[in-house]
Amino acid sequence: METPHQNHIDKADFDHVYEPAEDSFLLIDAIEKDLENLRSRNPALCLEVGSGSGVVVTAFGMAFPSTFCISTDINFRACIMSKKTAEYNKVIFDSVRMDLASSFVDNIFDIIIFNPPYVVTDSEECGGDDITASWAGGVKGREVTDRLLEMIPKKLAKDGTFYLLLIEENIPDEVINIMSNHGFRYKTVVRRKVRNEQQIVLKFYRLIY
Amino acid sequence: MKLITHNMLTSKCLKGVVTGYPLAINATDIKVKEVDFNPEFISRVIPKLDWEVLWVAADSIGHSDGLPRSLENKYDENEEFLKKAHKVLLEVEVEEGHLTCPESGRQFPISKGIPNMLLNEAEVQ
Repeated sequence: METPHQNHIDKADFDHVYEPAEDSFLLIDAIEKDLENLRSRNPALCLEVGSGSGVVVTAFGMAFPSTFCISTDINFRACIMSKKTAEYNKVIFDSVRMDLASSFVDNIFDIIIFNPPYVVTDSEECGGDDITASWAGGVKGREVTDRLLEMIPKKLAKDGTFYLLLIEENIPDEVINIMSNHGFRYKTVVRRKVRNEQQIVLKFYRLIY
Repeated sequence: MKLITHNMLTSKCLKGVVTGYPLAINATDIKVKEVDFNPEFISRVIPKLDWEVLWVAADSIGHSDGLPRSLENKYDENEEFLKKAHKVLLEVEVEEGHLTCPESGRQFPISKGIPNMLLNEAEVQ
């Protein structure tokens, strides 16, 4: 998979929007690892929740030119940057300022991707709409993730796939359990230790549809 | 905001709103930007959309010319139709304006082509 070009971005913009880091690239690596499976599914619609700079959804769009890509972010500047990144890399794309996936109709997205604010913080730090929203995860670093998990059964297409990045501190087993209760199976796509973080990308899909 | 995106947006998460779909469009600035035509993609995505809503949305911003209001048989084999659908779905962009919830009248501004669907705490179900 090609890495999106980002020379269109002013360094100063990364004061306001999450700059691509190892977690972003791990998510791209996970998609790359699953490329054959994804191609066979021929997705029509892909959503990245919390797209930040747009590097992940743009990488997806570059590998899947027959998929319409859309991203949401709570941070308006991230929406703007995602749109520019996609345009710069000739990906057909739209961005919406939204809380997670709350304002979409049901069951349409073939792929949903999420690199959450996963850092364990105080609850109060969670819920901003600026760059803090990109990392502040509250209790267990899971407050935002857990809200999206509740939306996934409704927003994902019946035969859709959900890719989620977590760190060990987020207690992946609990996430697997929550999704299992919603009728989802999982696979661990890729793991990587980055400094003091054990990062993991899981994919979820329905048992029966 | 492309019309394909508009087709997926709802204000159902608003307190007191039952359906919240479709949102009405008021556009003060519209651009038409060329996008590579991919007939296979258009045929694949149409079943996921609400065609009537798409037509009404396109019509409300003056871009329904030549677009059939209902889908015809074997539309996926009709290249002329697919080209028109492609234009309306992907090339027409609402840059400025707002979307309106059909039940509550709550407006969602569109700025620089990005709709703002954020609600405040008091508004959420």
